[in-house]
Amino acid sequence: MNKIVGSTRIAFRALEVNRMRSALTMLGIIIGVAAVIAMVGVGAGATARIQQQIQSIGSNLIIVLPGSISSNGVRLGSGATATLTQDDAKAIAAECPSVALAAPAVRGGVQVVNGNNNWATNAQGVTPDYMTIRDYTMLSGQFFTTQDVDAAAKTAVLGETVAQNLFGDSDPTGQVVIIKNVPFTVAGVLTPKGQSPTGQDQDDVILLPISTATQKVLGANKANAQAIGSLMVQAMSPQAMDQAIQEMEALLRERHRILPGLEDDFTIRNLTEVFEAQETSAQVMSILLGAIASVSLIVGGIGIMNIMLVSVTERTREIGLRQAVGAKTRDILLQFLVEAVTLSVLGGIVGIVIGLTASLLISHFAEWSTQVSPLSILLAFVFSALVGVFFGYYPARKAAFLDPIEALRYE
Amino acid sequence: MASVIEIKDLVKDYKLGEVPVHVLKGISFLIERGDFVSIMGPSGSGKSTLMNILGCLDKPTSGSYQLDGISVAGLNRDQLADIRNKKIGFVFQQFNLLARTSATENVELPLMYTDTPSRERHERARKALLTVGLAGREEHQPSQLSGGQQQRVAIARSLVNDPSIILADEPTGALDSRIGIEIMAIFQRLNREKGITMIVVTHDPDIAAYSNRSIHFKDGKLQFDEKLAQPREARKDLEKLPAEQPEEIVSS
Repeated sequence: MNKIVGSTRIAFRALEVNRMRSALTMLGIIIGVAAVIAMVGVGAGATARIQQQIQSIGSNLIIVLPGSISSNGVRLGSGATATLTQDDAKAIAAECPSVALAAPAVRGGVQVVNGNNNWATNAQGVTPDYMTIRDYTMLSGQFFTTQDVDAAAKTAVLGETVAQNLFGDSDPTGQVVIIKNVPFTVAGVLTPKGQSPTGQDQDDVILLPISTATQKVLGANKANAQAIGSLMVQAMSPQAMDQAIQEMEALLRERHRILPGLEDDFTIRNLTEVFEAQETSAQVMSILLGAIASVSLIVGGIGIMNIMLVSVTERTREIGLRQAVGAKTRDILLQFLVEAVTLSVLGGIVGIVIGLTASLLISHFAEWSTQVSPLSILLAFVFSALVGVFFGYYPARKAAFLDPIEALRYE
Repeated sequence: MASVIEIKDLVKDYKLGEVPVHVLKGISFLIERGDFVSIMGPSGSGKSTLMNILGCLDKPTSGSYQLDGISVAGLNRDQLADIRNKKIGFVFQQFNLLARTSATENVELPLMYTDTPSRERHERARKALLTVGLAGREEHQPSQLSGGQQQRVAIARSLVNDPSIILADEPTGALDSRIGIEIMAIFQRLNREKGITMIVVTHDPDIAAYSNRSIHFKDGKLQFDEKLAQPREARKDLEKLPAEQPEEIVSS
């Protein structure tokens, strides 16, 4: 311990003597560490943003869409016909053990009016399960109930964007809006969710009971009054997703009487999987950025090795003297190793400060969210110290094994 | 009196390419504790090589060397470093002080490689500086000291770990003659007052004249070994010299 303190003092003095040189050597490490911290921060920020968006659409989500059917050899596109019904939704919820909730939805564009204000938005006819599946919470008021759905009540829940456009800052709960000449009482306003992973405004929406929507607003599909536009399904757990998909597929094929070998007339999509792919790509980007930045840290390490080799050569006589008065191999090794590590650790500390500042500036000016975790700071610090040990070892070893006679005679 | 150095049939060969060069060709002698020995010989006589072996910086090819009863021949690098640290003080022609380092810290250097606590290191360094007459210059750096003062710092450094022997390799070679005599006066005083065995390598007979015994080398062999019944007194010689400008003026 005593020796390490002594070596550190000697190291600081040696670095102080060549202040400019030490600073320039450290610069390599400073840039490396700062780059690692800032780049990993940028990557982590992007990942966090995507995760947040995935959270906003709800967890363990599967979406079932009506599919194409063939009619006299003419294949129609997805959603062109109504092959998915509210009864399918009820059957899935009741009969598939891996499914927790199934929320049918119909949708269409509407013009919503409040006095002099009006706003074109997306109306969705849903059931109260939709709120649970999408993890919605209420900013004010209440979501409509199953009774409202059964009674086809004229009640509506507004997204925040719609509420803002029609009512400004006042609370619309209890007020009346008019859709297609039908007055609806506003039951409440949803807590804003912001953008979806695909960039849509999730708050520009008005939710109606599905029964009211089909009968009064969107107009029932003529072929099938029970038809729905989509079905959102929540699996029991993330592990049950695949099982739930298989169960639904079997059930729907049976209900729709599709013979083996024929194509499904519906489409099932695992939403979480889609967005997880995006998350993975963001993580890959963050690793890539970190890896590129690490290269500069290694270049910095080579700079340290270079300067330490110069230093060993310059101080050959000093090393010889130290050996003559009793320094053992490990004393000299320790002295030069401590010097190299001091360089890299000081550089690391300065680099951390600069990296943090840089990521704050990136967040502020580029409006790109960055996240610097304490772990990445710790890692950068440890890594820079290791760079010092790794690149300092060879010069230190060279010093420690100098022949004292040669070293003392060195000019 | 027991011998502090016992050398028997010492041989040192160097290999320069294919041809081995015999630098020391079988040397034997004893040095008694408390002796003041000068080693003389022309360059190429092998006295530097002998000096390196005596200082445990180099190992003989064959033959035995006992320092203070310890056989040095079989020791490894770090064991030799330990012997140098505890038993030997070095004084070099070029002083070899650490630049930008105070006199005290220079003197402390050998103690840095022992377990001595820092307070004790300071104290012993101060005492050693006092012994060589440098009280009040403890915080001076080598660049602020004259050549003679620098060599005195080096002597203090060689003293600080209470060595059995002090090896001085041309200690006056870089100094003018008056200051050379001053250095010899310090050596004589240390030898008599502290009983430290002094070994001085020199080619200058005037310097050798201050020793009790002079060993002469030629072509890697001991040429002759003479006892000086009445060595010169460095202190008296200094008094005889005209009082030149005191050395202290050189430093600020």
